[in-house]
Amino acid sequence: MSTQVASPAAPASAKQPARRRGGGSHKLSKGDKGVLAVMVGIPTLIQLVLVWIPLVLSIALSFTRWNALALSDIKSAGLSNYDFVLNNYPPFWPAVEHNILWLLFLAVVATPLGLFLAVLLDQNIRGSRIYQSVFFTPVMLSLPLVAIIWQLMYARNEGLINNVLGTANGPNAIDWFGDSSINLWAALIAATWRHAGYIMVLYLAGLKGIDPSLREAAAIDGASSSQTFFRVVFPSMRPINIVVIVITIIEALRAFDIVYVINRGTNGLELIGALVVQNLVGEGQVIGVGSALAVMLLVVSLVPITFYLARTFRRED
Amino acid sequence: MSSNTLVTPDHIANPIPVETRGRVKKRHTGTHLLLIALAVMWLIPLLWTLYTALRPKAETDKYGYFSVGGVYNFDNFSNAWAQAGLGTYFVNSVIITVPTVLLTLLFASMMAFAVSRFSWRFNITLLIMFTAGNLLPPQVLAAPLFSMFKFIPLPLSISDSGNFLNTYYSVIMVNTAFQIGFCTFVLSNYMKALPQELTEAALVDGAGVWKQYYTIVMPLCRPALAALATLEVIFIYNEFFWPLLFIQSGSRLPITTGIKNLQGQFFSDYNLIAAGATFTIIPTLIIYLLLQRHFVAGLTLGASKG
Repeated sequence: MSTQVASPAAPASAKQPARRRGGGSHKLSKGDKGVLAVMVGIPTLIQLVLVWIPLVLSIALSFTRWNALALSDIKSAGLSNYDFVLNNYPPFWPAVEHNILWLLFLAVVATPLGLFLAVLLDQNIRGSRIYQSVFFTPVMLSLPLVAIIWQLMYARNEGLINNVLGTANGPNAIDWFGDSSINLWAALIAATWRHAGYIMVLYLAGLKGIDPSLREAAAIDGASSSQTFFRVVFPSMRPINIVVIVITIIEALRAFDIVYVINRGTNGLELIGALVVQNLVGEGQVIGVGSALAVMLLVVSLVPITFYLARTFRRED
Repeated sequence: MSSNTLVTPDHIANPIPVETRGRVKKRHTGTHLLLIALAVMWLIPLLWTLYTALRPKAETDKYGYFSVGGVYNFDNFSNAWAQAGLGTYFVNSVIITVPTVLLTLLFASMMAFAVSRFSWRFNITLLIMFTAGNLLPPQVLAAPLFSMFKFIPLPLSISDSGNFLNTYYSVIMVNTAFQIGFCTFVLSNYMKALPQELTEAALVDGAGVWKQYYTIVMPLCRPALAALATLEVIFIYNEFFWPLLFIQSGSRLPITTGIKNLQGQFFSDYNLIAAGATFTIIPTLIIYLLLQRHFVAGLTLGASKG
C-alpha cells in the first residue's frame, strides 16, 4: 500500500475493475442514485464554494482596485496591479529571488540530506528506529514553532550559537535572523531541519518497497554499492522520486510561515507568499495588489501541480 | 509485501530493514558515528529550548544563558500558562481540530466511495479537481475567502462580528475544504484496492448504497482512516495560516497561531517563550508516541501531500 498510493502509476491498476463496475451501475435504484448524489454533491459543493470559486475570484480581483471596505468600492484597474508589482513594488524581485533560492536550497541540500538519511538508516544497523525518531521529530512541529525554536538558537545574546561562538554579548554578536545578508540562509537551515526528516520518511518507505532481488542481481554482476544505488535502486524508486520533486517545489512556493514569524517577511526575508499576506491584512489593505501576487504564485504553482496530476491520472482517463 | 494490496499501516510504519533481505551484516562504525553526530545536531534545538525553559529568567540573567547552575524549576511554564492564556489557545485548538478532522473524513470517505466503487462520467475529473485543490498554495485563495467571509452576514446570535470573520466556523470550513481533496485521493486509492465482489454481493442481497458504504467499505478502511485521522489532527493542530487570516480576536486563536502572539508579547523573555514552545510541542509529542505508526503510515500513504 505504501508504494501503491505514493506511486503516481498506482491508480492505473484500478482501471480494469472500474470498467467491470460500469455494468452494475444500471441496477441502482432511484433512492440509491439520490444517496450517491448527496455523497458526491456535498463534498463537491464544499470544494466549489471554498476552493474553485475563490480561485476564479482571485484572478478577477487581481484586475481591480479595492480596499476591502465595501463591495461597491471595487473598481476595474486593468493590468495596473501587475504593472505596479513588476515595476514599482520594491520587495517583489527580491521575493522572486528568495523563492528561487529557497527552492534551490531545498533541492540541493535539504531533499538530498533526507535521501541520505534514509539510505543510511535502511542498512541493517542497530538503533535505526531511534535515529529515525530523532530525525522525524521536527516533522511533527508546526513551521511557526520551528521558527520560534530556531530564534532561541539564533538570538544575539541569548542564543546558543552566539554563545558557543563566543560572540554573545559583544559587538560581534551575529544577528542571524535580523541581518539581511544572512537571515535567509539562517531561515533555510531551520526549514531544512524539518524538511529532511519528511523526505527521509518517504524514501524509507520507498527503499523498503524495493525488490531485494534487484540488489542481489546487481551484486552478482559485481556492482559496487554506490553503483547499485545510483544505477539500480534510485531509478527504481521513480514514483517516489516524482512525489518528492513535487513536494519540494510546492514547499518552496508555499514557504511563508517561518519568515512570517521572524519578521513578517521583510528585511531580507521577502517571499511571494508573505507579500500576498502583507497586502491583505493590516490597515492598508490593497486587495488588487495582493491578488496579482497570488495569481503569479498560482501560475507558477500550476507547473508542478499539472506535472503531478498528469503523471498520477495519465492512464486512468 | 507489495503483492499484498491490503497491507495495513502496521506494515508500512516500520520502514526498518528486515533480516530476510539476505544482506550480509556488516559493522557500521563509520555510519554510526555520522548518525550520532547528525542526531545530536537534530536534538540540540529541542534540548536547548527545554533547558532554557527550565531556568528562571533571573538565573539566566545572572549566569548567562549558556551556563550550568542556579535554580531549575517550572516557573516559566506556570507563568506562560497564566500570563499568555495558553489554556484558552489549547481549548481553541481542540474546538477547531476535532470538527475539522471528523468532517474531513466523513466527506472525503463519501466522495472516495462514490468515485472508487461506481463508474460514472465525471468521477475522474472530480478526483483530479479535488487533488489539485489540495496542492494549491493557500495564499492564492486568501483574498477572496477573506472577502467572502467579511461580506456574508451571519446572525449576531451565531457570530458576534455579524459575519464569518473572527469565528471558528470560517477556519473549520476552509481547513475542511482544503483537506478533503487529499483524504479523498488517499481513500479512493485504498477503496479501489478492496475486492469488487464485496459490494457486488451486498448489492445482490439488496443492500443499498448507504449500507454498502457504512457497513462494508468503511469498516474495511479502518487502517487508512486511523492513519489519516492521526495525520490530520497534527496537520490541523499545526495549521497557522487560516486562523491568522480570519481570526482577529486573540481569545479565539488556536495555539499554533497564538504562540506567535506570545513571541510578540514577551519578545525579550526567552525563557518564557521557550516554555510556551515546549507546551505547544507536548500534544503533538503525545499523539506521536501513542500513534506513531499511524502517523508515519499516513505520511507515506499521503506522499502526494504538498
